[in-house]
Amino acid sequence: MDDLILSNIYILGGIAFVAATVLYLISKKFAVRTDEMVIKIAAALPQVNCGACGKAGCADFATACARSDESSFANLYCPVGGAAVMQKIASLKGYAATDRVPSVAVLRCQGSCKNAPVKVEYDAVSSCRIANRISSGQSGCPDGCLHLGDCIKACKFGALTLNKETGMPEVDTRRCVSCGACVKVCPRGLFEIRRQSQAGGMVYVACRNKQKGAVARKNCTKACIGCMKCSKINEAIKVENNLSYIPPELDAGALGKELADNCPTGAIIYKERIHD
Amino acid sequence: MTKKFTFPMGGIHLAKHKITTDCPIVNADIPEFVTIPIKQHIGSPAKILVAKGDKVRVGTLLADADGIVSADVHSSVSGEVTKIEDLPGASGYEEKMITVKVEGDSWEEDIDRSEDVEKEINLTPDEIIAKIRSAGIVGMGGAGYPTPIKTTIPEGKKANILIVNGIECEPFLTADDRLMVEKAEQIIMGARVLNRALGIQNAVIAIDENKPRAIEILTALSKLYIGVNVKICKTKYPQGGEKQLIKAITGQELPLGKLPIDIGCIVQNVGTVFAVYEAVLKNKPLFERVVTVSGDGCKHPGNYLVRIGTPISSLIEQSGGLNENVHKVVVGGPMMGNAVVNLSAPVTKTTSGVLLLQDGEFSKKEASSCIRCGKCALACPAGLRPFAIKQAVSFNDTVEHMRKLHAGDCIECGCCSYVCPANIPILDYCKIAKQEIRKK
Amino acid sequence: MLKISTNPHVQTSRDTQSLMLDVVIALMPAAVAAIMFFGIDALRVILTSVAGCVLFEYLACRYWLKSKNTTTDYSAIITGLLLAYNLPSSMPCWMILIGCFMAIIVAKMCFGGLGKNIFNPALVGRVFLFISFPVQMTVWPVPYFLQMVSPDGETGATTLRMLKSIDVSSSASSKMYSISDLPSYLDMFLGNVGGCIGEVSALALLLGFGYMLYRRVITWHIPVYYLGTVFIMTAVLYFATGDAKFLPLAHLLSGGLMLGAIFMATDYTTSPMTVKGQIIFAVGCGLLTVIIRAFSAYPEGVSFAILIMNALVPLIDKYAIQRCYGEKK
Repeated sequence: MDDLILSNIYILGGIAFVAATVLYLISKKFAVRTDEMVIKIAAALPQVNCGACGKAGCADFATACARSDESSFANLYCPVGGAAVMQKIASLKGYAATDRVPSVAVLRCQGSCKNAPVKVEYDAVSSCRIANRISSGQSGCPDGCLHLGDCIKACKFGALTLNKETGMPEVDTRRCVSCGACVKVCPRGLFEIRRQSQAGGMVYVACRNKQKGAVARKNCTKACIGCMKCSKINEAIKVENNLSYIPPELDAGALGKELADNCPTGAIIYKERIHD
Repeated sequence: MTKKFTFPMGGIHLAKHKITTDCPIVNADIPEFVTIPIKQHIGSPAKILVAKGDKVRVGTLLADADGIVSADVHSSVSGEVTKIEDLPGASGYEEKMITVKVEGDSWEEDIDRSEDVEKEINLTPDEIIAKIRSAGIVGMGGAGYPTPIKTTIPEGKKANILIVNGIECEPFLTADDRLMVEKAEQIIMGARVLNRALGIQNAVIAIDENKPRAIEILTALSKLYIGVNVKICKTKYPQGGEKQLIKAITGQELPLGKLPIDIGCIVQNVGTVFAVYEAVLKNKPLFERVVTVSGDGCKHPGNYLVRIGTPISSLIEQSGGLNENVHKVVVGGPMMGNAVVNLSAPVTKTTSGVLLLQDGEFSKKEASSCIRCGKCALACPAGLRPFAIKQAVSFNDTVEHMRKLHAGDCIECGCCSYVCPANIPILDYCKIAKQEIRKK
Repeated sequence: MLKISTNPHVQTSRDTQSLMLDVVIALMPAAVAAIMFFGIDALRVILTSVAGCVLFEYLACRYWLKSKNTTTDYSAIITGLLLAYNLPSSMPCWMILIGCFMAIIVAKMCFGGLGKNIFNPALVGRVFLFISFPVQMTVWPVPYFLQMVSPDGETGATTLRMLKSIDVSSSASSKMYSISDLPSYLDMFLGNVGGCIGEVSALALLLGFGYMLYRRVITWHIPVYYLGTVFIMTAVLYFATGDAKFLPLAHLLSGGLMLGAIFMATDYTTSPMTVKGQIIFAVGCGLLTVIIRAFSAYPEGVSFAILIMNALVPLIDKYAIQRCYGEKK
């Protein structure tokens, strides 16, 4: 009986020892050499792999940071981690941290259920991509929000919510890391990543409708009708195809307020701070 | 018993709903205004030749084909051009349209308006193709591919067979059926014209077995002419699909990525063949077509000869108006047609039917989860695995993966969505996959 | 207000519920046969099993997944029926309920419900009971008709057990059978043999198969290829060895083969989706069944064969791709 137990211990112990040795040797021989720096940088990153930095993922970004020299490092920025993370990486590398103007995603449409009344009922899969294919949408505005929330599914940071009352997605600016996922997914290109202007706030045209004024107005009360008022206030503002676009370089501040106050339909939105 | 042809892969059997089979084609009223889109075909929009205030007559050229893949657009009424601007089409998206205010009904002089069937063809193939081109003829089955390109055989290739597609496998639609019954001789002459243009003597008119009148009339008539035959196909959806029809008639499969002409086939819809007859032998450009107005919500269903540009709403009014239970208006057949957002949108060269559908049989059913029955793969006439494509799209798979699944070869017939016991709109996902593949 | 939706604007009336109802109807002849042969006990087993499965699914939807109640799609009833058919009529009720729990909760709802499970729920329930309660699961009350003919006992052996034991004549401990002990082919076909309540009558199961084919619930591929493989394999073994335990027709008509091939292997969720895949799957099931029946300690191999092939379904689905239109042959 004892022999049986002992022999079992010897045999199994022997196998375990041999296997352990083999494993140890293999792990030594085939070890993947990674840069210490890459590991350290990767540890500082948010690890959400959103691709907002333009790299394939956080590991890719960490490698790029580790390999960068002083000038190329200035072009690398993780919008998710923001200044705090970049500061950490910069101190690891021994470079000066680049500072970026904070930015958020803005929705350039105000076609809520109230502003743009529903004219036809949508009865198919709840997906903007599909709805955009088959028709101009429930309100009839061919460039407006479709209210089906593809952007909300695409946002990895929970910064977008669908307001049940208005039917519009809303950006939680504190959660938004301006990764650009919503910009890519919206079939009508309604999102834009906008930087904060020098004066602190931002001003933008919340409409993408290119129809003639009267038609656009019929579809939505808050539509840009291409009246040129804003371009008369500041020449940098261009109105093309009955649609105004305010370049982000424009200093918001007092000008922003003036633009918003003078817009006859209320299509221009001015915010004093980007975080509301 | 004559042999009946069909395709072996996939396909489904649908309820016919052909309630307008015995309704003769009647002329639809000419509305007060017509709006004629300058792009009713695949390719680049036509160049506008008229200006606001111009007087036009029936058959006047309004816009000229811009480039090879394009088609002429003619006026369907006589009157004054009042507007040239972007107006919402059936889908609600805007298109450039020419609005003509109707005054009287005066036709261009060179159009032969007699009822006699012209039987002499003295033109050369090039002259025939030139006439088809200047008549603005496009495929009237639905795709709207310009016909002159299809009839011009590329260098180094040879046509063997002209298949005239008289299948009309969609439920409700009877426009082609009526055309074959009432204009049988003209269609045979049209096929002979095309035979001549292609330099062949082998036209096959394919008709499916649920059109006994058309089969009877055309078979009898075709015996009088050389080079035109009638073949009967089984009633199965989508028998009228180009690839499926080629397989059924010739027994050959169109290899992936090839055009029908690569295997010597040319497929033309009967409506197109009739238009070719009128254009070549009667000098009449394409400005009117037969449209079936039908559906379970339609008071007086029928087949109408409609001027292109007539608003859909005017057509609906003539057939009894919108009943309050109608929840959907569809342009085309119930399988491949599109729901209309805007009823003031015009009838175009490719509008084969207008359907008024009520709640019930034709409302969307709520989707439940996939039970992996594989019925979609069994029904797919393209031999795809729609369930796998659906999965790839909902999991945001790579475009390479979708390409491997041959999502780009989907013919969008809708069989998969139709058969799905869980009512999953599989076709929608396939369309997204196609879109993603095209984007790359 | 007009609606906009994607094409097609017409959908089949054959939804999940109607397909499942057809399967339930197809299973009815076997229920009738079971009650005829095993009496009121069979009815008790069927009712307990169906009630248990529906109840567990309802509870899981209501209190655990907090999702829409899915018992209305009849799939739980099918699982209940199939589980009952795989049990002997003497099975105590509490054991049946354990089987229902394993089938519905563990094998089905844990994976997310209908359409997402990997293994056939009824088979998981059966195999669990088979391994946990081997004694109760292999006591076979003799059918009523058989008792009238030979009133020598309350329980008997299944045809497969007899077949299995024919060659172990050297072992003194096992009861021996000879070919003459086997029931006649007619009895096997009608179901007048010992066994699980639903599997005995090949006739009733074939009636159900015919109905499912007529209603286009399933295609013929899986059952025909499965039964064909078993028949050919046993025939080859029979003629190669001359051993009576490989009698092909006896294998075809006995055990859970008919039930498995017609109703279990054709389960939508746990079988491949393309015809090509279904053929591979069915042939695999057939081979495994014969291997288990011939060379393992168990007389019956259908449940294990199907469960093993179930596990391979994702792989088959990945590689068994049908030729698409226009692709080179």
